[in-house]
Amino acid sequence: MVTYNKSAGTEQKVYSAAAIRHDFPILSRQVHGKPLVFLDSAVSSQKPLAVIEAMNVYYRTTHTNVHRGVYELSEEATAAMEKARVKVARFINARQSKQVIFTRNTTEGINLVAYSWGNANIHQGDLIVLTEMEHHSNLVPWQLLAQRTSARLEFVPITDDGLLRLDVYEQLLQQQPKLVAFTHVSNVLGTINPAKQMIAQAHAAGAIVLLDGAQSVPHLPVDVQDLDVDFLCFSGHKMLGPTGIGVLYGRRDLLEAMPPFLGGGSMIRKVELRQSTWDDLPWKFEAGTPAIAESIGEGAAVDYLTDLGMENVRRHEQEITRYAIEQLRSVPGLTIYGPDAEHRSGVTAFTLGDIHPHDLSSILDQEMGVAVRAGHHCTQPLHQRLNVAATARASFYVYTIPEEIDVLVKGLHKALQIFKL
Amino acid sequence: MSMDYREYILDHYRNPRNYGKLEQPDVHAEDSNPLCGDQLALDLQIEGNHVTAVRFQGRGCAISQASASMLSEMIEGKTTQEVIRLGKDEVLDALGIAISPARTKCAFLCLRVLHRGLAMAGLEKLGNNDEDED
Repeated sequence: MVTYNKSAGTEQKVYSAAAIRHDFPILSRQVHGKPLVFLDSAVSSQKPLAVIEAMNVYYRTTHTNVHRGVYELSEEATAAMEKARVKVARFINARQSKQVIFTRNTTEGINLVAYSWGNANIHQGDLIVLTEMEHHSNLVPWQLLAQRTSARLEFVPITDDGLLRLDVYEQLLQQQPKLVAFTHVSNVLGTINPAKQMIAQAHAAGAIVLLDGAQSVPHLPVDVQDLDVDFLCFSGHKMLGPTGIGVLYGRRDLLEAMPPFLGGGSMIRKVELRQSTWDDLPWKFEAGTPAIAESIGEGAAVDYLTDLGMENVRRHEQEITRYAIEQLRSVPGLTIYGPDAEHRSGVTAFTLGDIHPHDLSSILDQEMGVAVRAGHHCTQPLHQRLNVAATARASFYVYTIPEEIDVLVKGLHKALQIFKL
Repeated sequence: MSMDYREYILDHYRNPRNYGKLEQPDVHAEDSNPLCGDQLALDLQIEGNHVTAVRFQGRGCAISQASASMLSEMIEGKTTQEVIRLGKDEVLDALGIAISPARTKCAFLCLRVLHRGLAMAGLEKLGNNDEDED
């Protein structure tokens, strides 16, 4: 539900998190006899009816394979999928929709670039710069590329506050890396990295930049032209869309020059027994039957977020995060990791006394119906840097309300009681 | 299913029995639980047919560390044959609480490490215990 707030003088669109919760059927269920308090949106967000219905309608009325038949259904299905691509392209302000490649998820997008662009452009001794706060999905593909090509990996360290050491970044750029790959927003610390500045610096040093947008595209306005980024990868399921659909955005000249990643149907122009030529962008990178319904669901998710307004989403998350940090600080023995709310997305990782995060998560689940993640969140090297084996993580999204933070805090006090702290 | 963090579990978590390592163990194994990062290393000293010393080291949740501590108490002084037979039932009995499905890997990590160690020492064939059934 969108309302208009005229109190600020100019007409400003805002939305109420409490009001839009009705759009998310799962938020009305119970766990262990208590209302679900879902504080794990960084792992995967919940879905509004608009997304569920868009996929439902597609399967009920339109489904067949795309880019194949010449009959009515096929044309409708193809048009629906390509319309979703245009919506996604507009959402990130891509110059052309052909720069939007549908993948399964962020991980597949990064692997696509690591194999296709990486194998062709990275050679022995070349430097790839990453950071200490990367998700395994923006680390392991580069380790594999470095193994294939004997390239070198260097890492930008973090400060104790969870910010990137930009002074070290500048030193590493002096070694003229071929590629810089980093996360826009940390999935553990919540740190929003200064991507625009870092990309400009990398370009000045002659590097290509891949930005991991898995935790930024769902939560902040992201404009690929403003960022001037070469590659951006993100997942549909973290931004109200379905699982099984992700996006790789790429600079057109880079994508045109890259060889295919996966070979097969759909991605070809002409096939002979011993050789083939490739289709145009984006289909060159979309071999096989794609996730048609999921791409349509992703289009509906983008519509929903656009309707809320990404500036509003960011503002809401900043408010809820500020409130959460304030409330969490009142819990004795609790340690929060990462920077202040200004530099932080809707993610708070924490530990409580000597209670292992896994025990904490079990207690919050059973006693309060609160879902938080516990573990290393696919960032083992970052947890080594923080010198903890695991953390608990509460993450927020468009539908998170302050009352849910209060339930979390009540649960933490309960855990203190159970562990006699 | 509700898990109950009873006092004796917290006691084993905070004051683990047989904590440490042996200088020259006859059996040694370690493993981790990739889900939550629980880590466990186990050393046994065997004389004749008996386990004469047991030590473990690890970090992780209360369930994983308490079950390791309890298992170490069960192992101490037993014959090798008796140790080989230790399985899920014994660990669950010792814990004495319901373990939710997601947490069984925490509870049984100690068994994985024990039986892997025994197998590596040639005392047991891997696969004849139930470590991978869940």
